[in-house]
Amino acid sequence: MNAPNVQRAQPGAQRIFRLMIVDDSNIMRRRIERCQQFADLKFVGAAGNGVQALALFKRTDPDVVTMDLTMPQMDGIECIEKIVQLKPSVRILVVSALNDKATAIDAMEKGANGFLNKPFTDRQLTDALAELMRGA
Amino acid sequence: MLQEQELQTFVDGTTHYFEVAAQQPATVGSPYLASGVPATYDYTGVINISGKREGVVYFTAPRAMLTVLLMKMQENDFSHENMCDLVGEVANTISGNARRDFGRDFVISVPSVVHGEHAGVSAVPGRRSFIIPINWRSHSAKLVVALK
Repeated sequence: MNAPNVQRAQPGAQRIFRLMIVDDSNIMRRRIERCQQFADLKFVGAAGNGVQALALFKRTDPDVVTMDLTMPQMDGIECIEKIVQLKPSVRILVVSALNDKATAIDAMEKGANGFLNKPFTDRQLTDALAELMRGA
Repeated sequence: MLQEQELQTFVDGTTHYFEVAAQQPATVGSPYLASGVPATYDYTGVINISGKREGVVYFTAPRAMLTVLLMKMQENDFSHENMCDLVGEVANTISGNARRDFGRDFVISVPSVVHGEHAGVSAVPGRRSFIIPINWRSHSAKLVVALK
Protein backbone atom coordinates (compact mmCIF):
# COMPACT_ATOMS: atom_id res chain seq x y z
CA MET A 1 0.00 0.00 0.00
CA ASN A 2 1.39 3.42 -0.93
CA ALA A 3 1.86 5.95 1.83
CA PRO A 4 -1.37 7.97 1.92
CA ASN A 5 -1.10 11.66 1.18
CA VAL A 6 -2.63 12.86 4.44
CA GLN A 7 -1.83 15.30 7.21
CA ARG A 8 -2.06 14.09 10.77
CA ALA A 9 -3.10 16.23 13.73
CA GLN A 10 -0.28 17.37 16.04
CA PRO A 11 -0.40 16.27 19.71
CA GLY A 12 -2.74 18.53 21.68
CA ALA A 13 -4.58 19.74 18.59
CA GLN A 14 -8.27 18.90 18.05
CA ARG A 15 -8.51 15.61 16.24
CA ILE A 16 -10.04 15.79 12.78
CA PHE A 17 -11.78 12.63 11.62
CA ARG A 18 -11.59 11.88 7.93
CA LEU A 19 -14.88 10.66 6.42
CA MET A 20 -15.39 8.45 3.36
CA ILE A 21 -18.92 7.76 2.04
CA VAL A 22 -19.71 4.55 0.16
CA ASP A 23 -23.10 4.17 -1.53
CA ASP A 24 -24.18 3.31 -5.08
CA SER A 25 -26.75 6.11 -4.99
CA ASN A 26 -25.41 9.53 -5.89
CA ILE A 27 -28.37 11.14 -4.11
CA MET A 28 -27.57 9.23 -0.93
CA ARG A 29 -23.86 10.10 -1.09
CA ARG A 30 -24.68 13.81 -1.38
CA ARG A 31 -27.28 13.58 1.41
CA ILE A 32 -24.78 12.05 3.83
CA GLU A 33 -22.14 14.60 2.81
CA ARG A 34 -24.59 17.47 3.47
CA CYS A 35 -25.56 16.07 6.87
CA GLN A 36 -22.09 15.73 8.31
CA GLN A 37 -21.85 19.16 9.89
CA PHE A 38 -19.32 18.34 12.57
CA ALA A 39 -16.34 20.68 12.94
CA ASP A 40 -14.13 17.68 13.62
CA LEU A 41 -15.26 15.67 10.59
CA LYS A 42 -13.71 16.23 7.17
CA PHE A 43 -15.16 14.65 4.04
CA VAL A 44 -12.34 13.11 1.98
CA GLY A 45 -14.24 11.29 -0.76
CA ALA A 46 -17.10 9.10 -1.92
CA ALA A 47 -17.29 5.80 -3.78
CA GLY A 48 -20.12 4.03 -5.61
CA ASN A 49 -19.14 0.41 -4.96
CA GLY A 50 -16.78 -1.70 -2.90
CA VAL A 51 -14.00 -1.80 -5.51
CA GLN A 52 -13.92 1.99 -5.81
CA ALA A 53 -14.12 2.26 -2.03
CA LEU A 54 -11.02 0.14 -1.48
CA ALA A 55 -9.01 2.23 -3.95
CA LEU A 56 -10.23 5.46 -2.38
CA PHE A 57 -9.54 4.14 1.10
CA LYS A 58 -5.90 3.45 0.22
CA ARG A 59 -5.51 6.95 -1.23
CA THR A 60 -7.23 8.95 1.52
CA ASP A 61 -6.83 6.87 4.72
CA PRO A 62 -10.19 7.79 6.32
CA ASP A 63 -10.94 7.29 10.02
CA VAL A 64 -14.72 7.06 9.60
CA VAL A 65 -16.67 5.32 6.80
CA THR A 66 -20.37 5.14 5.99
CA MET A 67 -21.03 1.93 4.08
CA ASP A 68 -24.00 0.84 1.98
CA LEU A 69 -24.39 -2.94 1.66
CA THR A 70 -26.21 -3.64 -1.62
CA MET A 71 -23.82 -2.42 -4.30
CA PRO A 72 -22.52 -3.67 -7.66
CA GLN A 73 -19.07 -5.26 -8.15
CA MET A 74 -18.28 -5.67 -4.45
CA ASP A 75 -20.93 -5.51 -1.75
CA GLY A 76 -20.59 -3.71 1.56
CA ILE A 77 -20.01 -6.77 3.74
CA GLU A 78 -16.98 -7.85 1.70
CA CYS A 79 -15.73 -4.27 1.54
CA ILE A 80 -15.96 -3.88 5.35
CA GLU A 81 -13.86 -7.00 5.81
CA LYS A 82 -11.15 -5.75 3.44
CA ILE A 83 -11.10 -2.23 4.88
CA VAL A 84 -10.76 -3.50 8.45
CA GLN A 85 -7.82 -5.65 7.34
CA LEU A 86 -6.13 -2.51 6.00
CA LYS A 87 -6.87 -0.39 9.08
CA PRO A 88 -8.29 -2.12 12.16
CA SER A 89 -8.93 1.19 13.95
CA VAL A 90 -11.33 2.49 11.25
CA ARG A 91 -14.90 3.19 12.43
CA ILE A 92 -17.61 2.00 10.04
CA LEU A 93 -21.28 2.95 10.05
CA VAL A 94 -23.42 0.71 7.86
CA VAL A 95 -26.17 2.73 6.16
CA SER A 96 -28.46 0.22 4.48
CA ALA A 97 -32.05 -0.70 3.71
CA LEU A 98 -31.34 -4.31 4.71
CA ASN A 99 -32.89 -4.39 8.15
CA ASP A 100 -32.85 -8.05 9.15
CA LYS A 101 -30.91 -8.95 12.27
CA ALA A 102 -28.71 -11.57 10.57
CA THR A 103 -27.29 -8.97 8.18
CA ALA A 104 -26.60 -6.50 10.99
CA ILE A 105 -24.83 -9.20 13.02
CA ASP A 106 -22.78 -10.24 9.98
CA ALA A 107 -21.71 -6.63 9.35
CA MET A 108 -20.74 -6.17 13.00
CA GLU A 109 -18.78 -9.41 13.02
CA LYS A 110 -16.87 -8.27 9.92
CA GLY A 111 -15.90 -5.08 11.72
CA ALA A 112 -18.70 -2.50 11.43
CA ASN A 113 -19.31 -0.37 14.52
CA GLY A 114 -22.84 0.90 13.91
CA PHE A 115 -25.90 0.30 11.77
CA LEU A 116 -28.36 2.88 10.45
CA ASN A 117 -31.38 1.71 8.49
CA LYS A 118 -32.62 3.51 5.39
CA PRO A 119 -34.74 5.54 5.25
CA PHE A 120 -33.39 7.84 7.95
CA THR A 121 -33.84 11.40 9.12
CA ASP A 122 -31.00 13.92 9.19
CA ARG A 123 -31.09 13.75 12.98
CA GLN A 124 -30.73 9.98 13.00
CA LEU A 125 -27.72 10.23 10.70
CA THR A 126 -25.95 12.95 12.71
CA ASP A 127 -26.62 11.05 15.95
CA ALA A 128 -25.21 7.86 14.44
CA LEU A 129 -22.09 9.66 13.17
CA ALA A 130 -21.59 11.35 16.54
CA GLU A 131 -21.86 8.01 18.29
CA LEU A 132 -19.36 6.52 15.86
CA MET A 133 -16.81 9.28 16.48
CA ARG A 134 -17.23 9.02 20.26
CA GLY A 135 -15.99 5.46 20.02
CA ALA A 136 -12.99 6.33 17.85
CA MET B 1 -48.83 -16.56 -4.24
CA LEU B 2 -48.36 -13.79 -1.72
CA GLN B 3 -50.12 -13.94 1.62
CA GLU B 4 -52.03 -10.94 2.94
CA GLN B 5 -49.51 -10.42 5.75
CA GLU B 6 -46.64 -10.49 3.27
CA LEU B 7 -48.29 -7.78 1.20
CA GLN B 8 -48.81 -5.76 4.37
CA THR B 9 -45.01 -5.74 4.80
CA PHE B 10 -44.71 -3.81 1.53
CA VAL B 11 -47.60 -1.50 2.39
CA ASP B 12 -45.94 -0.69 5.72
CA GLY B 13 -42.55 -0.25 4.05
CA THR B 14 -43.98 2.18 1.51
CA THR B 15 -45.79 4.15 4.21
CA HIS B 16 -42.61 4.32 6.28
CA TYR B 17 -40.51 5.45 3.31
CA PHE B 18 -42.66 8.49 2.57
CA GLU B 19 -43.03 9.42 6.25
CA VAL B 20 -39.28 9.45 6.80
CA ALA B 21 -37.59 10.19 3.46
CA ALA B 22 -40.20 12.59 2.08
CA GLN B 23 -41.20 13.93 5.52
CA GLN B 24 -44.80 13.81 4.40
CA PRO B 25 -47.03 10.75 4.66
CA ALA B 26 -48.45 9.16 1.54
CA THR B 27 -51.82 7.50 1.24
CA VAL B 28 -51.02 3.89 0.51
CA GLY B 29 -54.03 1.97 -0.72
CA SER B 30 -54.99 -1.66 -0.41
CA PRO B 31 -53.12 -4.02 -2.76
CA TYR B 32 -55.05 -5.46 -5.67
CA LEU B 33 -54.29 -8.10 -8.24
CA ALA B 34 -53.21 -6.76 -11.62
CA SER B 35 -54.84 -7.94 -14.77
CA GLY B 36 -52.03 -8.38 -17.28
CA VAL B 37 -48.74 -6.51 -17.13
CA PRO B 38 -49.12 -3.37 -15.00
CA ALA B 39 -48.53 -0.08 -16.83
CA THR B 40 -45.62 2.05 -15.69
CA TYR B 41 -45.10 5.77 -15.20
CA ASP B 42 -42.09 7.78 -16.44
CA TYR B 43 -39.48 6.07 -14.25
CA THR B 44 -39.44 2.58 -12.78
CA GLY B 45 -36.92 1.18 -10.33
CA VAL B 46 -36.78 -2.62 -10.50
CA ILE B 47 -35.43 -5.00 -7.86
CA ASN B 48 -35.06 -8.69 -8.74
CA ILE B 49 -35.73 -11.05 -5.86
CA SER B 50 -34.01 -14.40 -5.43
CA GLY B 51 -33.37 -16.84 -2.62
CA LYS B 52 -36.33 -18.26 -0.75
CA ARG B 53 -38.67 -16.12 -2.88
CA GLU B 54 -38.33 -15.35 -6.57
CA GLY B 55 -39.74 -12.52 -8.57
CA VAL B 56 -39.63 -8.78 -8.85
CA VAL B 57 -40.54 -5.67 -6.85
CA TYR B 58 -40.74 -2.34 -8.62
CA PHE B 59 -41.60 1.25 -7.84
CA THR B 60 -42.91 3.33 -10.72
CA ALA B 61 -43.60 7.07 -10.58
CA PRO B 62 -44.11 10.10 -12.82
CA ARG B 63 -41.30 12.61 -13.25
CA ALA B 64 -43.33 15.35 -11.52
CA MET B 65 -43.60 13.30 -8.33
CA LEU B 66 -39.90 12.44 -8.35
CA THR B 67 -39.03 16.11 -8.84
CA VAL B 68 -40.93 17.07 -5.68
CA LEU B 69 -39.40 14.15 -3.79
CA LEU B 70 -35.94 15.36 -4.79
CA MET B 71 -36.80 18.88 -3.62
CA LYS B 72 -37.90 17.50 -0.26
CA MET B 73 -34.50 15.81 -0.03
CA GLN B 74 -32.75 19.17 -0.60
CA GLU B 75 -31.62 18.08 -4.05
CA ASN B 76 -31.46 20.66 -6.83
CA ASP B 77 -30.35 18.36 -9.64
CA PHE B 78 -33.43 17.18 -11.54
CA SER B 79 -31.54 15.45 -14.34
CA HIS B 80 -32.57 12.17 -15.94
CA GLU B 81 -29.69 10.50 -14.06
CA ASN B 82 -30.99 11.69 -10.71
CA MET B 83 -34.54 10.55 -11.50
CA CYS B 84 -33.15 7.08 -12.28
CA ASP B 85 -31.08 7.14 -9.11
CA LEU B 86 -34.11 8.09 -7.01
CA VAL B 87 -36.56 5.46 -8.32
CA GLY B 88 -33.87 2.83 -7.87
CA GLU B 89 -33.20 3.96 -4.32
CA VAL B 90 -36.91 3.95 -3.41
CA ALA B 91 -37.35 0.42 -4.79
CA ASN B 92 -34.16 -0.72 -3.05
CA THR B 93 -35.17 0.76 0.30
CA ILE B 94 -38.69 -0.68 0.35
CA SER B 95 -37.45 -4.11 -0.81
CA GLY B 96 -34.55 -4.11 1.65
CA ASN B 97 -36.83 -3.16 4.53
CA ALA B 98 -38.99 -6.19 3.73
CA ARG B 99 -36.17 -8.41 5.01
CA ARG B 100 -37.26 -7.60 8.54
CA ASP B 101 -40.21 -9.93 7.91
CA PHE B 102 -38.95 -12.12 5.05
CA GLY B 103 -35.50 -12.72 6.53
CA ARG B 104 -32.02 -12.78 5.10
CA ASP B 105 -32.85 -15.31 2.40
CA PHE B 106 -34.99 -12.69 0.70
CA VAL B 107 -32.14 -11.64 -1.58
CA ILE B 108 -32.45 -8.33 -3.41
CA SER B 109 -30.51 -7.24 -6.49
CA VAL B 110 -29.05 -3.82 -7.11
CA PRO B 111 -31.71 -1.68 -8.81
CA SER B 112 -32.17 -1.46 -12.55
CA VAL B 113 -34.21 1.37 -14.04
CA VAL B 114 -36.74 1.36 -16.86
CA HIS B 115 -37.50 4.73 -18.42
CA GLY B 116 -40.63 5.65 -20.27
CA GLU B 117 -44.34 5.52 -19.70
CA HIS B 118 -45.92 2.19 -20.64
CA ALA B 119 -42.45 0.69 -20.91
CA GLY B 120 -43.61 -2.23 -18.83
CA VAL B 121 -41.60 -4.69 -16.84
CA SER B 122 -41.45 -8.23 -18.17
CA ALA B 123 -44.00 -10.51 -16.57
CA VAL B 124 -42.68 -13.82 -15.38
CA PRO B 125 -44.87 -16.89 -15.82
CA GLY B 126 -46.26 -18.21 -12.58
CA ARG B 127 -46.08 -14.90 -10.76
CA ARG B 128 -49.11 -12.70 -10.42
CA SER B 129 -48.54 -9.01 -9.81
CA PHE B 130 -50.07 -7.16 -6.89
CA ILE B 131 -50.32 -3.40 -7.21
CA ILE B 132 -50.02 -1.15 -4.16
CA PRO B 133 -51.35 2.29 -5.10
CA ILE B 134 -49.52 5.30 -3.66
CA ASN B 135 -50.90 8.82 -3.54
CA TRP B 136 -48.54 11.53 -2.34
CA ARG B 137 -49.44 15.20 -2.52
CA SER B 138 -51.17 15.48 -5.90
CA HIS B 139 -49.23 12.62 -7.46
CA SER B 140 -49.92 8.94 -8.00
CA ALA B 141 -47.37 6.15 -8.13
CA LYS B 142 -47.39 2.44 -7.47
CA LEU B 143 -45.38 -0.37 -6.01
CA VAL B 144 -45.72 -3.65 -7.86
CA VAL B 145 -44.91 -6.92 -6.10
CA ALA B 146 -44.73 -10.17 -8.06
CA LEU B 147 -43.29 -13.00 -6.00
CA LYS B 148 -43.47 -16.75 -6.20
